[in-house]
Amino acid sequence: MSGFVVKQPGLLTLIQDRGRFGAHNLGLTTGGPLDTLAFDWANRLLGNDENASCLEVSFGGLSLEAEVDTTIVITGAKGTCKIDGNEISQWQTYSIKKGELLEMGFATEGVRAYLAVAGGLDIAPSFGSSSTVVREKIGGIHGDKLQAGDELPCQPNAPSQHLRLAEEDQPNYGKQATLRVVKGYQQAAFDHVQHWRFFNSEYQVTERSDRMGFRLEGEVIHSSMVGMLSEGICHGAIQIPADGQPIVLMNDRQTIGGYPKIGSVISRDTARLAQLVPGSSVRFESISLEQAHNLHWLEKSRFLRTQPVKTAK
Amino acid sequence: MPLNIEIAGQDAFIVYFGEETSPTVSATIQIAVENIRAQMSEIIIDLVPSYSSLLVIYDLNKSDPFEVRAGLRQALSNLDADESGSGELVTLPVYYSEESGPDLGIIAERGNISIDEVIEIHQQQEYRVYAIGFAPGFAYLGEVDERIAAPRLSTPRQKVPRGAVAIADRQTAVYPAQSPGGWNLIGLCPTRMFNPEQQPSMPVQAGDRIRFKAIDRDEFLRLGGEL
Repeated sequence: MSGFVVKQPGLLTLIQDRGRFGAHNLGLTTGGPLDTLAFDWANRLLGNDENASCLEVSFGGLSLEAEVDTTIVITGAKGTCKIDGNEISQWQTYSIKKGELLEMGFATEGVRAYLAVAGGLDIAPSFGSSSTVVREKIGGIHGDKLQAGDELPCQPNAPSQHLRLAEEDQPNYGKQATLRVVKGYQQAAFDHVQHWRFFNSEYQVTERSDRMGFRLEGEVIHSSMVGMLSEGICHGAIQIPADGQPIVLMNDRQTIGGYPKIGSVISRDTARLAQLVPGSSVRFESISLEQAHNLHWLEKSRFLRTQPVKTAK
Repeated sequence: MPLNIEIAGQDAFIVYFGEETSPTVSATIQIAVENIRAQMSEIIIDLVPSYSSLLVIYDLNKSDPFEVRAGLRQALSNLDADESGSGELVTLPVYYSEESGPDLGIIAERGNISIDEVIEIHQQQEYRVYAIGFAPGFAYLGEVDERIAAPRLSTPRQKVPRGAVAIADRQTAVYPAQSPGGWNLIGLCPTRMFNPEQQPSMPVQAGDRIRFKAIDRDEFLRLGGEL
């Protein structure tokens, strides 16, 4: 085998490519990286295909042994990372040699880190994607999070150069975020007062937040609906169940559900939400659909214009 | 039929086909799915049909809201359907018994009918696949005869076996995998509702019609069922 062996899997480490698309008709959800920006940078710094399979390391605690000479990069949540005992920087590519240990400590800022290897992990796709959705037992190596002893195949690689993303271009993961929302779905079932309250209150991220959805706590919001037929749920949808506490539905959400929704958070901001620890605070800001698309193209253009710098290492 | 196209999110619209569910609505949604697939395949990522709605997820990088809305209006402009006009008819075998369907007694008692009548009534009609979701391969089928409708259990079971045929209110379904669940169990179906190793991985899709057909214990085991 050429690749890596999992020594310690960490709390929740999942193989992810960009996600599983076109399988909602079977009831399969999207999966994929919660923080697409950090994921995209990981692959870009290594010159990988943008859909190459990486590890999403939630909370940290991962250690891998290399069985191949290759190049790696770690982006996303901050934490102490080491190769063979020597501390390395994040957002920077490094060579790793056969027999060396790659260790990631627990996340100290942000929650999700992305570990990419040159050429990507060689994982057979399931329904067109390697993305692991534990609830569905689909994707990854065995439809589950990484376990000690798992083998992560990849090809050897000898880089001609090393790259890093300049510090000023790296995102910061604080403990608050403003989440931009495109209003939609059952928005009309929430009266003026509810809208005002929703967009003018602060909500806390609770412990009951995971890859399916982030449950928030704060001002109670009521809809006038007494029951509705289940319908398709898109990424970022904000569901308001009877207790009036919003849930932002993320990558591993069920594809259909029957709670009223006031709108959906744009994907750039669900990525920021995914990096918040419980207790962090968020606010919602209403934007138009046109603004959402403008933002998408601005962010995309910014990503493409930002050039990594060469490093000696 | 009045149609309503609403924003769902930055890359999704949801089309509402009224507020009620019926076989005609389901057939209409099925035609909408076919039209959209045929006319907009380049920009559509996922379609999620449900009881009276259709979620349309498009590719942000290949299109914009104006084009998608206009495309949807066009694709939805001609949706004449009759009740049986579309969808495959699929027959699923079921081993109905108190051994395989522990809640048959409860349903019989509720409806003031015999267990044999419950089994008979469940097989009497065609069901529509209104939606697929909750779990991979979980098809929501409707609607069961009022005489065998039953509310969800007050305490859901930790473990419902794969293949369990179940009723909740006026919906019925076959559990695609072992999972927790609160529906009333009336039998077991040996047909796998979701098998990731197989192509196609599901025997049905949204818009299809389903009939259940009773089989005995031996036949159930012969078809690969497990007790």
